[in-house]
Amino acid sequence: MAKRIDVSGLTAYYGSHKAIEDISMTVEPRSVTAFIGPSGCGKSTFLRTLNRMHEVTPGGRVEGKVLLDDEDLYGTGVDPVSVRREVGMVFQRPNPFPTMSIFENVAAGLRLNGSYKKSELSDIVEKSLKGANLWNEVKDRLNKPGSGLSGGQQQRLCIARAIAVEPKVLLMDEPCSALDPISTLAIEDLIGELKERFTIVIVTHNMQQAARVSDRTAFFNLSAVGQPGRLIEIDDTERIFSNPSVQATEDYISGRFG
Amino acid sequence: MSTAAVTDKRPSTLRAASLPKWSPWAIAGGSIVLAIAIGLAGGLTKVQWGLIAAVLFILGTYGIAARVEGRRQAKDRVATSLVWVAFLIAVVPLVSLVWVTISRGVKVLNLYFLTHSMGVVADSEPGGGIYHAIIGSLEQVGLATLIGAPIGVMTAIYLVEYGRGRLASAVTFFVDVMTGIPSIVAGLFILSLMLIFKMQPFGFAGSLALAILMMPVVVRSTEEMLKLVPNELREASLALGVPKWRTILKVVLPTSIGGITTGIMLAIARIAGETAPVLLLVFGNPFINNNPFEGAQASLPLYIYQQYSQSAGANAAYDRAWAASLTLIAFVMILNLVARGIARWKAPKTGR
Repeated sequence: MAKRIDVSGLTAYYGSHKAIEDISMTVEPRSVTAFIGPSGCGKSTFLRTLNRMHEVTPGGRVEGKVLLDDEDLYGTGVDPVSVRREVGMVFQRPNPFPTMSIFENVAAGLRLNGSYKKSELSDIVEKSLKGANLWNEVKDRLNKPGSGLSGGQQQRLCIARAIAVEPKVLLMDEPCSALDPISTLAIEDLIGELKERFTIVIVTHNMQQAARVSDRTAFFNLSAVGQPGRLIEIDDTERIFSNPSVQATEDYISGRFG
Repeated sequence: MSTAAVTDKRPSTLRAASLPKWSPWAIAGGSIVLAIAIGLAGGLTKVQWGLIAAVLFILGTYGIAARVEGRRQAKDRVATSLVWVAFLIAVVPLVSLVWVTISRGVKVLNLYFLTHSMGVVADSEPGGGIYHAIIGSLEQVGLATLIGAPIGVMTAIYLVEYGRGRLASAVTFFVDVMTGIPSIVAGLFILSLMLIFKMQPFGFAGSLALAILMMPVVVRSTEEMLKLVPNELREASLALGVPKWRTILKVVLPTSIGGITTGIMLAIARIAGETAPVLLLVFGNPFINNNPFEGAQASLPLYIYQQYSQSAGANAAYDRAWAASLTLIAFVMILNLVARGIARWKAPKTGR
């Protein structure tokens, strides 16, 4: 089910500003890849190019290729909407739909994409909430608004919402940065479970988190403010954190940066 | 040492004298009594009494507070009392307007008045009613809303969700210009069309002019409401693979529906009181005309105007005008209550 991502020569712009330049990497299916690097180095921008959310920002455009198992996401005639059904996303801040109940939030992706029978939806919602380790906490109040949950629960609700549409890849943009350590732990455990079914890419500022959850780690950096961000190196997480091949990576990881 | 040169102005203790809680009321009471005394002595009008009381209240607050509490607290109290005075000045005309309308309007306002027309009653005689005007108002305002609200909401959606570049800024500019169009001009615009096609006055022509007046108000308020919807919600929906139009329809609009409804209701309240375009285009009619697409109709504001101006000072006509005014105010008030109800009912849910 999970798919491989193959990026080659990807450059992304905001208007005339080049945000990231010439990035190439491969993300293996059923693995967790972490992106680390200083703020403004283009990690999130790169993440958003992987499901064509980058172009939602006014002025956003992309050059290069992103292959999802052999199909170019930026090829001619590719519908961004279908891309996003294959490549789901979880955002930095939990953003459940405020007008919808917990049930409706999880069912939103399916309901808004077509009609489902109530019984079918119930099964999918239960499965997704269980997949997000939230079922036991909310099963008695599925009809209550999602905004009444705690921050960590809301974030797991958003993950349940994202996996309910059965994407092939799950992108996570700093999913734990607004959460306390306990909720973070819950989500990290969840990531470990989800990688059995999905290809996961996670942006994080927390290097311990990258070391804990990921199989491979990519380090991004920019040479100066205003310059485009670049991929410095990508390798097995163990290797990046013990014996990176580039000096800048070692400096960043060991806190000797800048 | 340079720091020693600066004298520490802070008092040695954190405690300070303060006026008791009832002091603003006492100062207000005192200034009102004093103002009445000055007014009676000088033979002034009641409005002047009130203004003198307001000035005395502010000056008295400052003087007493400055003496007891200090200058900073006095300034704080003056600001508070200014807000109170401004509030009263704003509320007094409103209350007196409602009071006068109710006290004069209830005289002839009854079920008979609401269910009969002026068909066989001369303007100078008692009797008759406003049924024909209510029908006219409801139909004209209803049709205007059916035209104006969807166009306005869709324009706002275009501006917020799609609009980029020249076209969007041109639309924004013209909406701003339209907001300032005097109602009589909108009426004349439709009238010129009617003259071209050689048409007689009818209700729907009035609806068109009212729709023109309504649209910019709806666009503006809807635009503001749509801008309040966090971008994260749009992105969350798009990232689920939901097309943009469905995102707008199922996520953005439901989130802001309460505010949009309030905006539409306020726009309706605005056009419900318009007289000028109705006078030009619908003309007025003492008989019941249920068809807004043919023949002259009446409407509440027009009825009020005609009862007042064309009855040569007959008291019966004045009473009817007041009663119709009360009906119009009640109509607008009910609309506002409905809007608030919808806004509360549809507001994003909170709580566990």
